[in-house]
Amino acid sequence: MTDAEPENLSRFHVLVAGGGNAGLCAAITAARSGVSVCVVEAAPRAWRGGNTRHTRNMRVAHEEGNGILTGPYPVDEYMDDLMRVTDGQTNLELAELTINASQELWDFLAEQGVHYQPSLGGTLSLGRTNAFFLGGGRSMLNALYRTAESLGVTFFYDTKVVSLDIENGFFESCEVVSQWQSDQPETRKLEARAFIAAAGGFEANIEWLKEAWGPAAENFLIRGTPYNRGAVLKQLLNAGVASVGDAKQCHAVAIDGRAPKFDGGIVTRLDCVPFGVVLNANGQRFYDEGEDFWPKRYAIWGRLIAAQPDQVGHVIIDSKSIELFMPSVFPPLQADSLEQLAVEMGIDSTAVSQTVNQFNQACRGSNFDHTVHDDCHTEALEPPKSHWARPIDTPPYYAYTLRPGITFTYLGVKVDKDARMIMHNGSTSGNLFAAGEIMAGNVLGQGYLAGIGMTIGSVFGRIAGSTAAAIVRN
Amino acid sequence: MKTSIPIKEISVPKAAPSNAQSEAVRQMGVCNACRYCEGLCAVFPAMELRRQLTGPDVDYLANLCHSCGACHFDCQYAQPHEFAIEIPAVMANLREETYARHVWPGALAPVFERNGIWIASITAISVALFLVGFIVFTDASVLFASGSEEGAFYRVMPHNAMAGLFGAVFLYSIVAICLGVRSFWHSTGSQGSVSWRSLWQASKNAATLRYLDGGGMGCMHESEEPSNRKRIAHHFTFYGFLLCLASTTSGTLMHYVFGVQAPYPWWSPTVVLGTIGGIGLIIGPVGLLRVKREQIDALKAKPSRGMDVAFLYMLIATSVTGLLLLVLRATPAMGLLLAVHLGVVFALFISMPYGKFVHGLYRYAALMRHAHEQAQHKA
Repeated sequence: MTDAEPENLSRFHVLVAGGGNAGLCAAITAARSGVSVCVVEAAPRAWRGGNTRHTRNMRVAHEEGNGILTGPYPVDEYMDDLMRVTDGQTNLELAELTINASQELWDFLAEQGVHYQPSLGGTLSLGRTNAFFLGGGRSMLNALYRTAESLGVTFFYDTKVVSLDIENGFFESCEVVSQWQSDQPETRKLEARAFIAAAGGFEANIEWLKEAWGPAAENFLIRGTPYNRGAVLKQLLNAGVASVGDAKQCHAVAIDGRAPKFDGGIVTRLDCVPFGVVLNANGQRFYDEGEDFWPKRYAIWGRLIAAQPDQVGHVIIDSKSIELFMPSVFPPLQADSLEQLAVEMGIDSTAVSQTVNQFNQACRGSNFDHTVHDDCHTEALEPPKSHWARPIDTPPYYAYTLRPGITFTYLGVKVDKDARMIMHNGSTSGNLFAAGEIMAGNVLGQGYLAGIGMTIGSVFGRIAGSTAAAIVRN
Repeated sequence: MKTSIPIKEISVPKAAPSNAQSEAVRQMGVCNACRYCEGLCAVFPAMELRRQLTGPDVDYLANLCHSCGACHFDCQYAQPHEFAIEIPAVMANLREETYARHVWPGALAPVFERNGIWIASITAISVALFLVGFIVFTDASVLFASGSEEGAFYRVMPHNAMAGLFGAVFLYSIVAICLGVRSFWHSTGSQGSVSWRSLWQASKNAATLRYLDGGGMGCMHESEEPSNRKRIAHHFTFYGFLLCLASTTSGTLMHYVFGVQAPYPWWSPTVVLGTIGGIGLIIGPVGLLRVKREQIDALKAKPSRGMDVAFLYMLIATSVTGLLLLVLRATPAMGLLLAVHLGVVFALFISMPYGKFVHGLYRYAALMRHAHEQAQHKA
């Protein structure tokens, strides 16, 4: 700790680090209990909210449909889904707690001013299980911020936590820097009787990603906020908080290779892989493009492409398939011959022609149907394409570039059912709490279930907010 | 669904073309890949029916947009994001461009640029002409005439001259507007005959301003704080205008059917409807002007052509002079007020095809197309 000027010292009952869904649910819950709350948000106001601004829905258990949710999604089914995607890598107590508490979230968020809408085009498969926010995650965030402001919560935007003063697992104060991206950063000290870490993962910290992935991480695109740099997480781990989740894992999906480095969000998705072939920089195929429906496979393709030369893949489709998937934000490359397309892609045209010709000759089956696992497959081809394999022979030909897009990281701090952090020595912290992505690894040890990140954020945000307020009042 | 795929026409999101149509195509290309806003209004569901947007498509979508502002505050790609999505602003700009593109006669398209100055000038000239006309055609003393007895107005300006002049200009404006809307309708594509059902749906949506509520939260003008002020102010304006129209119609009936000449007594339908409508036509436009002033720049058409403000002031001038005429008709101010009121109303009529007034009909046409294509899509 450096000495902060006395006029730069502020005191609050509860300090929340991070202004996304989890942080706001914590701040609102604590403020409703009558304690003073501040939220330290690293991003400027226009970029506030972490990755919540890129979300759209939240997975909630419910006994019956409600007109917007199209049918029941019982707790047991939710639990089965979680066990399936995580392969059992979850803390069962916390998982049950999360799923049970998710039943209250619809009403809780509605009370904070969040509106819902039916799931419409493109996301119908989630209409039963997930509550869709009217206007998306940013609209949901705006409602939470309005509510928090009306409850008197103080917000420090464009302010990052630079050091935590933690003694034996007990939070005393922290030093924060406002306008940290400007020429005139302003340091201040914040004291609080409880600290809630809701500062997200470290997926925007390329140096940290390189520790797990090596230099390949330089070529990763970060789908969400550039402000999730893991600074709070690292400080907590250094202060003796126990970790959870695999430090070397992140949720990597295949996205449009022309996406911006950060914050490309939903529009950079590309759903065309099952309709074509994917070639690496050498013009060679490397994995079964038709193994399963894209929503079940996009998450492994990030990893597959990360393992290819230059971390790049090229999808080639022909005009038969161009309308079978959601429109892309960037137009595809287009050419009337495969050779010409290869030139535009910048890869060896002989290799491309050869790979596509081999694929075309191996295609069998004639009942193409992209809505089922059809009989169009390859024979005697390595790697095979199990479904939706049709010869690529009808110009114009189109190509998209794929790169790994990182959504979130799994490494986090270990917590108990009260959202209290567990220390390395097994003890429970007196006043350190965590909510959201920074502790999601407790529940989601691996894999992904659409909308569960938001569920964990809201459930543990509320728990952290109320437990923190309770210890302040005592 | 379009079947042809002119992929090359999709512009790259980072380009910033100056043309409003291609900018709208660029921005909606991002929207069509995102779709988070599909619950907010009619624009986004209509967009989703088109994989590849063309200029006429975005003209249609722009007129479907009610400028509620919600999609700006909900957008994760709004500035300062590098995609620089500003749908309300680009739509506002494009709407004004659409009016110019389809105006009849086409030679008057430049009136939509610097529209505020044009409308103000037309009004000033019109009022001046009525003042001069009264002096030239009758005599200067009528400007200071008073009277609330039957036929008093027509001593200042003979009834046949008044009815003939205003009837003619009103008819001209209606024809001009219809030709413009017809051109707009055809340019945005033909989908066979429109059903009574879509007409009814469009009428309901227009009458309730269904899409001026951010999907249920309310409009957003200066911040992400939703409010219904714009919708309420627009209701005052629109229904005030309708009541004034009903007042005029009842006046015409009184004159031709019942043979009673204006001015009419305070309890007559003409005065009652006109008074209530006139008050609405002050409250509404003043409210809309306030909303407009508070609106953040990101929601506004750039460059500003002054179209909204000119029309709102015109409506306020019409109702204020009309109500003053009612209150002061027994005083020597009557002659002068009548000249000013008639001048303003004449300017309102003549400028109707060349100003903000047309937005209602373009939007109604867009709502009709939307109702029709949604019904077709569901079928």
